Amino acid sequence: MTSAAYAGTLTQSADDTEGKEQYLSFIIANEEYAVEILRVQEIKGWDSVTEIPNTPPYVLGVMNMRGTIVPIIDLRLRFGLKTVEYKSTTVVIVLKVHAGGRERVMGFVVDAVSDVYDIGRAQHKPPPDFGTAVETRFLRGLATVEDKMIILIDIDYLVDVDLLGAGVAPPPAPTLAPPLVA
Amino acid sequence: MACILTVDDSATMRQMLTFTLETAGYQVIEAVNGTEALAKAGQVRADLVLTDVNMPLMDGITLIRELRKLPQYRFTPMLMLTTESSPEKKQEGKAAGATGWLVKPFNPEQLLATIRKVLP
Amino acid sequence: MAMDLTQFHQIFFEESLEGIATMEAGLLALAAGGAEAETVNDIFRAAHSIKGGAATFAFTEIAHLTHVMETLLDEVRAGHTEPTPAVVEALLAGVDCLRALLQAQKLGVAADEARRATVESRLIGFLGAANPAGQATTPTAATPSAPTPTAAVATPLAPDTPSTPDTNNASGWRIHFRPHRHLMQSGNDPLRILQELRRLGEARIVADTSALPGLHGLDPEDCYLSWRIDLLGSPSRAEVADCFAWVEGDCDLDISPLAGAPDLPALASPPSPGGPSGLPRSSASPASPASPKPSAPGPATPAGAEGGWTPGLDRLTSIRVEIDKVDALINMMGELVITQAMLNQLSEQLEIAGVEKLRDGLAQLARNTRMLQESAMGIRMLPIGVSFKRFPRLVHDLSERLGKKALLRLSGEQTELDKTVLEKISDPLVHLVRNALDHGIELPAARRAAGKPEQGLLTLNAFHQGGNIIIEVSDDGAGIDRERVLAHARARGLIKDDEILTEDRILDLIFLPGFTTSHTVSDVSGRGVGMDVVRKNIKDLGGVVEIRTTPGQGTTFRVRLPLTLSILDGQLVRVGEEIYILPLISIVESVQVDPRQLKSVASRSEVYRLRNDYIPVARLRDLFHSVSDRAALRDDGLLVIAEGDGQRIGLFVDDLLSQQQIVIKSLETNYQRVEGISGATILGDGRVALILDVAGLIALSKGWNKETSDALRDLPVSDRQGATPGVLT
Repeated sequence: MTSAAYAGTLTQSADDTEGKEQYLSFIIANEEYAVEILRVQEIKGWDSVTEIPNTPPYVLGVMNMRGTIVPIIDLRLRFGLKTVEYKSTTVVIVLKVHAGGRERVMGFVVDAVSDVYDIGRAQHKPPPDFGTAVETRFLRGLATVEDKMIILIDIDYLVDVDLLGAGVAPPPAPTLAPPLVA
Repeated sequence: MACILTVDDSATMRQMLTFTLETAGYQVIEAVNGTEALAKAGQVRADLVLTDVNMPLMDGITLIRELRKLPQYRFTPMLMLTTESSPEKKQEGKAAGATGWLVKPFNPEQLLATIRKVLP
Repeated sequence: MAMDLTQFHQIFFEESLEGIATMEAGLLALAAGGAEAETVNDIFRAAHSIKGGAATFAFTEIAHLTHVMETLLDEVRAGHTEPTPAVVEALLAGVDCLRALLQAQKLGVAADEARRATVESRLIGFLGAANPAGQATTPTAATPSAPTPTAAVATPLAPDTPSTPDTNNASGWRIHFRPHRHLMQSGNDPLRILQELRRLGEARIVADTSALPGLHGLDPEDCYLSWRIDLLGSPSRAEVADCFAWVEGDCDLDISPLAGAPDLPALASPPSPGGPSGLPRSSASPASPASPKPSAPGPATPAGAEGGWTPGLDRLTSIRVEIDKVDALINMMGELVITQAMLNQLSEQLEIAGVEKLRDGLAQLARNTRMLQESAMGIRMLPIGVSFKRFPRLVHDLSERLGKKALLRLSGEQTELDKTVLEKISDPLVHLVRNALDHGIELPAARRAAGKPEQGLLTLNAFHQGGNIIIEVSDDGAGIDRERVLAHARARGLIKDDEILTEDRILDLIFLPGFTTSHTVSDVSGRGVGMDVVRKNIKDLGGVVEIRTTPGQGTTFRVRLPLTLSILDGQLVRVGEEIYILPLISIVESVQVDPRQLKSVASRSEVYRLRNDYIPVARLRDLFHSVSDRAALRDDGLLVIAEGDGQRIGLFVDDLLSQQQIVIKSLETNYQRVEGISGATILGDGRVALILDVAGLIALSKGWNKETSDALRDLPVSDRQGATPGVLT
């Protein structure tokens, strides 16, 4: 992606060389989301997990990753979508997450991994205001790349909100509908 | 490379001495009290002995006295490391055969300067 | 070359804390009257060491305080001052202040100057006339800037030269130096001295060989030469004299200003070989003539290594290792255990020729791994004496404060346990000891009235038993009055008035939060810390605590702990498709389920009748709200009876699998704490298995029972009939 290719998509300030960060994008229910590439520790194929009792349904369980116990979260369920059958293309993205005052490693099940993009601050637009209908604090913003809309995610917030501090048999997760339906 | 036998029951002191001396290129043998020093002195040939005075089991002055009895240590320079600057301790040390003394606290520069005086 | 000394601060702090412990132990022994001759010397040496280090690092407050303490201790060991209780208390106060100063220095915060001043003046008050306060001079701190090359404190020379003011004579000095015959036998070398002089300025040296005998009479170890040195330049007299500081008594020396200095004839006839003026050479000189010391050099020359354990000896056989290195080693050991288990599992599935040899090899590997692991764990082990040694002081201070008399007896100090377990068990032990003194041991009058000796006995005992360490805190005090406990618990609403409890359950009430029998919260054992925290801390370590008591005779708290935190002996169990681990320490027994003994209580909870007891049971599926395939709940299978937090629970399992050593992996590192689960492990096939926490399961089961009863309550009456637990959700 060259900066020239971006130029046509900008509606605001034209300085597109400033502060570009790399993002890894992935697909969930035909929507494309992205996180900063620096957070990505590895990408794995799906493997079986050991269930943990009394956790929200989107916490599938834990996996052994070279001797470390890593929790696995289903982002579809986290977003309030229906879960799908896990296939050979189902992928687990292992991310470094800041939650509960320290850094943790967690895996997230997505439909598929998409691409790596350079996204500059200028292309990074704040999420629109949906009123109270949609929980938007997990959105860092929206970006437009090659005519596509990428939803930039704050993974720390997604994990932190009700995951930690949850006790026994918590109530079902609040529905997080994606901001736009294709 | 000259070999120095250091004797002190304080681990802090031993560490500092060893670090200072080794950095300056000397070989260092450590002992925690007079008894151990006497044993080790018999095994190696130290060119200089640095010893604390107040130690359990065998104090520094007794150590010096005992070392002087060994043929190979009759003329070896032996310095007392003492916090006391009282004349009595120095006399006692000299009577036992000490070459001289170094008063604690000293800094590494002082230590090395003194050693350069007794070791060629 | 300026050297950074801060790298040595850490070890200084560590060593000084050890020294302080030695001082404290010695002082307590003095107070109790059981001190030996060496004790005062040990205390003195410890203070002396700390002073030396503090002065070197320019920790002036610490150096000053230790200097004062050392001065007083010197008087005590010389017999000038009696170690009366007042003196000992003052020294103990000094020890406490010293500890605080060290801590402050370590943290880089300001020291409590007022406290130090108070402590010091109290100590100085005991110094006799022989050593008035004024003479407790401040020790010299090492000067950070480059000093003069000679480090010895310059002592002025023998006054045979007229004491001229130290004028920097522009032209120089004339020095006559005549070593005594045996000067070299102290390891001094005149040549070296001459070289030193050369460094001060230009030197013209003339040797006088007139005393040199012929070859036949020559003793190569004697010095027959003397020198005249003209030293040009502007060194001060003191600098010149300094060069001769070490040989002061071994030579005849004259230093005069160069200009107009008389050419002294060769000094008087060489002194007799027997020994010059100065020091007698007898090696058995008991004391220097200057200050008669009544005490023989006993402290300096012990008759051989007189039995008994001295701190120095231990250091001969140990080294300091950073705890991170040990932990890294232990982690690798854990991985090795897992790998070896994996290989084992694979080999069991193989069917090839030669597999027997492979299995033998793997069995050997398993043995080696186990031994290696025990060695690795052993590195982290410390004797519990490390924790015990704070108690003499604590018991001493506390019994004084409470007006009670108590004798502390320690046994099993050599019993080893993991460093982290040791650190975390210390506070609970302190609380138990305080509790024993506060509530257990009676006041002397009460003990007398009960026909007991006025002095109570407090025992701390530790020993190994079956892979655990047992620590007992016992007192011969009043014991625990169960009736009072029951009444108190009822008054506090901790139990219902009509609840009937077994004797053991009554004692367990002490561990409930909010329970304290004192009407005024004793600041000693009441405030903030309670028995519930004690039990929780012990539980967090994977241990249990039990009480045995006889009213009127005494009480024993018995703490059982695993030897290490990262490995446990586990029982693998299968429940449905899942494999869980139960810590062996929690398992009481396992029984084959007899469905006839399974009863429902008010359609809510289930109990199992085992001999004469009814044990509440729980099904993991229910507790875990598992949505997995809820095949028929088996009422056969096995019931594992487990214990946690003083209560028991029966858990249904389908199968008991193997017992093995489990490497504990944290669930909290990347996720969070889950009630009922204490951690996870990786099985031989790479799968993750969860480790069950029995106390947590018991809590869950109470919560679940409540849920069930609440839900049942909400059902229309007709639906309630026949509702069995386990059907909901």
